[in-house]
Amino acid sequence: MAQTQSGAEGLQSLPALLHRNATQYGDQPAYREKEFGIWQCWTWAETAAEIRALALGFLELGVAKGDHVAVIGRNRPAHYWSMVAAQMVGAVPVPLYQDAVAEEMAYVMEHCGAKFVVCGDQEQVDKVIEIQETVHQVQHILYTDKRGMRKYDHSQMNALEDLMAEGRAGHYRFDAELDRRIAEITYDDTCVMLYTSGTTGKPKGVVLSNRNVIESAKNSAKFDNLTKDENILSYLPMAWVGDFIFSIGQAYWCGFCVNCPESADTMMTDLREIGPTYFFAPPRVFETQLTNVMIRMEDASPLKRNMFHRYMAHAKKVGGKILDGEPVSAGDRLKYAIGNALVYGPLKDTLGFGNVRVGYTAGEAIGPEIFDFYRSLGINLKQLYGQTEATVFITVQPDGQVRADTVGVPAPDVEIKIAENGEIFYRSPGTFVEYYKNPESTASTKDAEGWVATGDAGFFEEGSGHLRIIDRAKDVGKMADGSMFAPKYVENKLKFYPDILEAVLFGNGKDRCVAFINIDLTAVGNWAERNNIAYASYQELAGHPKVLETIRSHVETVNASVAEDPMLSGCQVHRFVVLHKELDADDGEMTRTRKVRRRIVEEKFADIIAALYDGSEKVSTVTEVTYEDGRKGAIKATLTVCDAKVVATTAQQVAAE
Amino acid sequence: MLDASEGYTTADGRKIGGVVMEMKNITLRFGGVVAIKDISFDIREGEIRAIIGPNGAGKSSMLNVISGFYVPQEGEVWFHGSRRPAMRPYEVARQGIARTFQNIALFEGMSVLDNVMTGRLNYMKAGLLSQALWRGKAEREETENREAVEKIIDFLEIQHIRKTPVARLPYGLKKRVELARALAAEPKLLLLDEPMAGMNVEEKEDMSRFILDVNDEFGTTIALIEHDMGVVMDLSDRVVVMDYGKKIGDGTPDEVRNNQEVIDAYLGVAHD
Repeated sequence: MAQTQSGAEGLQSLPALLHRNATQYGDQPAYREKEFGIWQCWTWAETAAEIRALALGFLELGVAKGDHVAVIGRNRPAHYWSMVAAQMVGAVPVPLYQDAVAEEMAYVMEHCGAKFVVCGDQEQVDKVIEIQETVHQVQHILYTDKRGMRKYDHSQMNALEDLMAEGRAGHYRFDAELDRRIAEITYDDTCVMLYTSGTTGKPKGVVLSNRNVIESAKNSAKFDNLTKDENILSYLPMAWVGDFIFSIGQAYWCGFCVNCPESADTMMTDLREIGPTYFFAPPRVFETQLTNVMIRMEDASPLKRNMFHRYMAHAKKVGGKILDGEPVSAGDRLKYAIGNALVYGPLKDTLGFGNVRVGYTAGEAIGPEIFDFYRSLGINLKQLYGQTEATVFITVQPDGQVRADTVGVPAPDVEIKIAENGEIFYRSPGTFVEYYKNPESTASTKDAEGWVATGDAGFFEEGSGHLRIIDRAKDVGKMADGSMFAPKYVENKLKFYPDILEAVLFGNGKDRCVAFINIDLTAVGNWAERNNIAYASYQELAGHPKVLETIRSHVETVNASVAEDPMLSGCQVHRFVVLHKELDADDGEMTRTRKVRRRIVEEKFADIIAALYDGSEKVSTVTEVTYEDGRKGAIKATLTVCDAKVVATTAQQVAAE
Repeated sequence: MLDASEGYTTADGRKIGGVVMEMKNITLRFGGVVAIKDISFDIREGEIRAIIGPNGAGKSSMLNVISGFYVPQEGEVWFHGSRRPAMRPYEVARQGIARTFQNIALFEGMSVLDNVMTGRLNYMKAGLLSQALWRGKAEREETENREAVEKIIDFLEIQHIRKTPVARLPYGLKKRVELARALAAEPKLLLLDEPMAGMNVEEKEDMSRFILDVNDEFGTTIALIEHDMGVVMDLSDRVVVMDYGKKIGDGTPDEVRNNQEVIDAYLGVAHD
């Protein structure tokens, strides 16, 4: 495909790219959404017409240049169109996390000062109306799903569909104005504003320019040879930078098709039906799928089970090598081909990965077994390291140089340097413009030369030149004896067990480490079923002695593996508890992207941590929980504190001599 | 009592129309047992009408009289301005009355989609041969009806279980599928027999929302039996209270709540 054109040659904004796609690939599919059981499709030409109608509607509503338009809803074509339509009229789209409670959303809404809000459904509209009581800034609410909306006061409200109809009807009045606004967009105008989830403090609005988005999309598309024929499934939160880059940035740059699932619950079925060629998922999705495969294989007939295990063992041996193009004997290749026909192919098809050419995982470390499982099947799963401030890409793994423990080499046009304390800094065309209305944070994150502090500590591996991430720089601490405390390192090792959903390690400044563990209800529940262990609730299962015994054995294995690393051997887990509730974003214990907020967990469960250190065997606690609708309740529990064996480390031995 | 021709406006501003169904002095006996004793009330267009009462009060019998399953020994059932004769259940269905059951009555071995499709039977007129050959009218009809069913599946948010056999679903979802099947018939009058029995708080809230949405979106008149007083008071526009086969109260939730006879029935005052 001819992609010699660049920003300088006229493609300086998403509306410009949209125009190119509509003219060059007019009859190619741009969006698909499953609705009423059927995949509805829009070509690029149709998409351009829809977006234009919406933009005309925005003009009629009086959306001014520089206004912020919030978009709150699940991944639907109409929501993506709203963002591009907002850009057309010179406004700034601000996608927000749809599962945030009103209180959380209020802060962001007030901060960005959005006057117009596009809501997915009645639930989101209700939240905006609630926020409006304190914020008083929203001039007009638009909604996609008309259901239940009939009774609302529509003096400042309209259905998106109706707005588009009005836009179409009034196009003579606004055509000229719209064309003028589109022509005015420059390469350095704001393309989108995305709020970081913020593991600490309030969310920050990251301002990304057209340059950031288009350059990043261009470089990354070239890196992986993405073409207009890709298909992706958009199911990750629209407020997340990754989704914006994949479903809008790269999709518009390359002209490929974005598929939206029917609902969050049907994602797996839809994935199978679409069979994306380019796929992105956080490790959690891959973990869940693998757990499901394993559970189902346990229940399969002995013939199928044996065939699965036999061929998976072979795939483990040679699958990765074949994918990386390394030499493999003809016999092994033949056996792999047979396995592909009998096991790998059907399995990939069941998972919806039958057509995947490039797959990425990022956001968290992925377990080596999980990573290898997918790669051995012949799925080109790779890792990348990035953040909102970089418009995603900092490092990526090139084809043929993929490993579970590194995050790859610097992405095209990205410069990286490592500071004395191990913190990673980068500079790239994707480097964000600023934090909105927050010059202090902007200054402390991005220096005058454009270097941005990632807040992560890591190092380049000798020889391969691949980056390895240790932990968040601010989370890396010191134990009482001065050895390094890197909680993520140990937590990831723990989380690689399917039984363990989440782990939180404590021990900064202390003489030994202790941990909180969350069990994975799917995996442990299935195990309980197979072993005839009855349980009535999550809490009961989490406290079951046999579960605790299994977790203890996992912790001890991890301890042994941690002990092998002389630098981090002090981080072995001495004692732990299996928590009585899952850490949850609604309770503020995690971010919406499911990262643990350490400080909040530490404060909230201070009594349990104290018990972990004072040697008591049981601890009673009351925990406040927030339900999905924002109401609060409390759960009481008595938790058993478990001891785990630790391995005497070489470092300590050296010190003792 | 309100005049049959004119309606009223509810507290939340919904317009309720004229009388759709009227029960006049209904008495129903099973041998020597009198299940319903001389009860009269009406159901108006677009309203949510609840029938409540303690165990054994005769609520389900009343619903069965409305649905035409039981024929009362005395009294008359008027539907859309004419007296309804004794009917077969399918004739009742054709009149635009659909119902759900207290203990779920779905086809367990069939998928959710197929179950909901059965609700469209009244709209499928193609002959056996045409259906067997899958040509012309049968095919067209299937497509049209599938479209209607998909809208209901979307409305009740059960897309993710479209192809799942009903036997594999949890209780709360089965109840929702039953509602979907009843809705698929596009009823004018929807009868719900304890739609929330055995549900947890969250499932009850979901179901309440669906019932309100059905009433709001499709303008369906709903008559329901329910035990959970909180739910009844929140959902319904007017409530009939029964005790030992007799009507002891009829009015808005507030009126009923303050009715001494109703309070006595619920608190269990000794009967003479």
